Amino acid sequence: MSTAQNEARYGTVNGVDLDAVQEGVADPSQTVLSARKLIKTFGKVIGLDGVDLDLYPGEILAIIGDNGAGKSTLIKAATGALTPDSGQLYLDGREVSFKTPQDARAAGIETVYQTLAVAPALDIAANMFLGRERRRSGPLGSVFRMLDKSGMKADAGRSMANLGIATVQNMGQAVETLSGGQRQAVAVARAATFATKFVVLDEPTAALGVKETGQVLNLIQQIREKGLPVILISHNMPNVFEVADRIHIARLGGCAGVITPKSHTPTEAVAIMTGATTLQKG
Amino acid sequence: MSTTTTSAPASAAEQFAMRRQSPAQRIQHVLHAQPALSPLAVLIIAIIVFALINPRFLQPQALSILFQQVAIIAALAIGQTLIILTAGIDLSVGALTVFSMLIMASLASSGGVPGPLAILIGVLVGTLGGLLNGFLVTRINLPPFIVTLGTLSVFLAAGLLYSGGSNIQSTALPDSVNWAGTVLQFGRFRITTGVVIVALMAIVVGFALSQTKWGRHVYAVGNDIEAARLVGIRVNRVLLSVYTVAGLLYGITAWLQIGRAGSASPNALTDANLESITAVVIGGTSLFGGRGAVIGTIIGALIVYAFRLGLSLAGVDDQWRVFATGVLVIVAVGIDQWIRKVKA
Repeated sequence: MSTAQNEARYGTVNGVDLDAVQEGVADPSQTVLSARKLIKTFGKVIGLDGVDLDLYPGEILAIIGDNGAGKSTLIKAATGALTPDSGQLYLDGREVSFKTPQDARAAGIETVYQTLAVAPALDIAANMFLGRERRRSGPLGSVFRMLDKSGMKADAGRSMANLGIATVQNMGQAVETLSGGQRQAVAVARAATFATKFVVLDEPTAALGVKETGQVLNLIQQIREKGLPVILISHNMPNVFEVADRIHIARLGGCAGVITPKSHTPTEAVAIMTGATTLQKG
Repeated sequence: MSTTTTSAPASAAEQFAMRRQSPAQRIQHVLHAQPALSPLAVLIIAIIVFALINPRFLQPQALSILFQQVAIIAALAIGQTLIILTAGIDLSVGALTVFSMLIMASLASSGGVPGPLAILIGVLVGTLGGLLNGFLVTRINLPPFIVTLGTLSVFLAAGLLYSGGSNIQSTALPDSVNWAGTVLQFGRFRITTGVVIVALMAIVVGFALSQTKWGRHVYAVGNDIEAARLVGIRVNRVLLSVYTVAGLLYGITAWLQIGRAGSASPNALTDANLESITAVVIGGTSLFGGRGAVIGTIIGALIVYAFRLGLSLAGVDDQWRVFATGVLVIVAVGIDQWIRKVKA
């Protein structure tokens, strides 16, 4: 089985010539996010071994990889949850460095963690605006510091509706009363609402049933429709091949290659991921 | 004669979603949304029962006593509520209050410090004590139970060392220090300025918890500290503020206690830590953090003291009051566990 046929096989995604991209390193001025030669070690363990990562405007980039391949480390390094030992990070072509996840958020990057980071006893609207609550206008807000509860509730409802989330109607419902898929939808909607650069989703379908997985995948595509690029970390090959534009394969702290669902089959992707075959560049 | 609207038949899922809930489920939902309802029901039933047993229970005189008795524990329980909402616990509440009170009273009596300044310093001592608890919880990363178990002894000993174990009578204190005992007459109701201050404390803290960003962050930290951190809430700052505000409330309560008791005694408030926790728990605030409210705590404190007064007016041995309080605590935590399992 050969995975290294070189003729114009990747095509273009959103106007980006992927064949050119595969040849070498992209120009960070074309990308939303570029990571260059990221290195992160934990004692003697090498988490990232000089990885490059590129995210283009309007695409869904999947990151796949075996356990310990470095996909979480890569994404943590790109979103401020970890500081890489060396390497560069470019956001919209400008070099950035994030010391904390808050730095990355402030720069317009939203991450949906596997744990979802929701407060179960608080309602949907409160969770949507958690950490960025809005005050009322006028003296009630400035003097009495009162929250604009109704305004936030209305905006939360609007965000959910914009993303086509119809299964949740009452924004005053406590998150703990929602199903797993609905909670995921709340967390994803929060990220999509506040992100200005891109959204990172860490294993968003891992805990979900078939129907709810479909809804979340739909939601991911909705986010792309809105023009926000998405980084999707997933183990689930059918999901990845269903929605991703490009697939970054993490392996042994590095990158085993970037493929597309058109260029390779899931079986080939797994083979590259596990090292059964190698993807030759150029 | 009847008009029937025909609509598209609901899908199985929709029909399932619209299924009638059992009465128990409905109660569970209502309590989930309003956890203070069950203590309120207990309080109302207790009042009715005690009034039937002894009509004097509802007389202004008895109710006035009830409010004056409940005020101090209610005030301390407000601070305790804040801490328990963050999934913490404060065992040092009584000791810190007594420590603040002894400093306040000795400064004002033998210390020769003007009353208002002595009050201010006493309140400050309470605040700093709370800050110390918060510092140990957030910076040294010790569990609140251990921190406050330690500071319980530290504050207690410090208070005794400072006062020499002596009792300071109100006659030795300036009017400002005794002010919280001033009686306000409303018809046949006699409440004290202290009771009014406690009501104000409840309103201010209740407002801050339910209406402000800070309050929401307190709930978020208590719900899931990791999630709160991930959404960018400065968790340690919230925790530190909670312990400090609780200390401030204890400091103010120290002043109220002097007015209430007519003296500053090192032996006061020995049961305050357990009583305040009892009031919080009976009031529907979860010991696991993240759910509850000040109003529930006030109701919880009223329940404990309504039982005390009601049972004594009924001529029952005081041990039954202790017995009933214990049962209520267990029932309250049981209800909390049940409503936490609520499903949509």
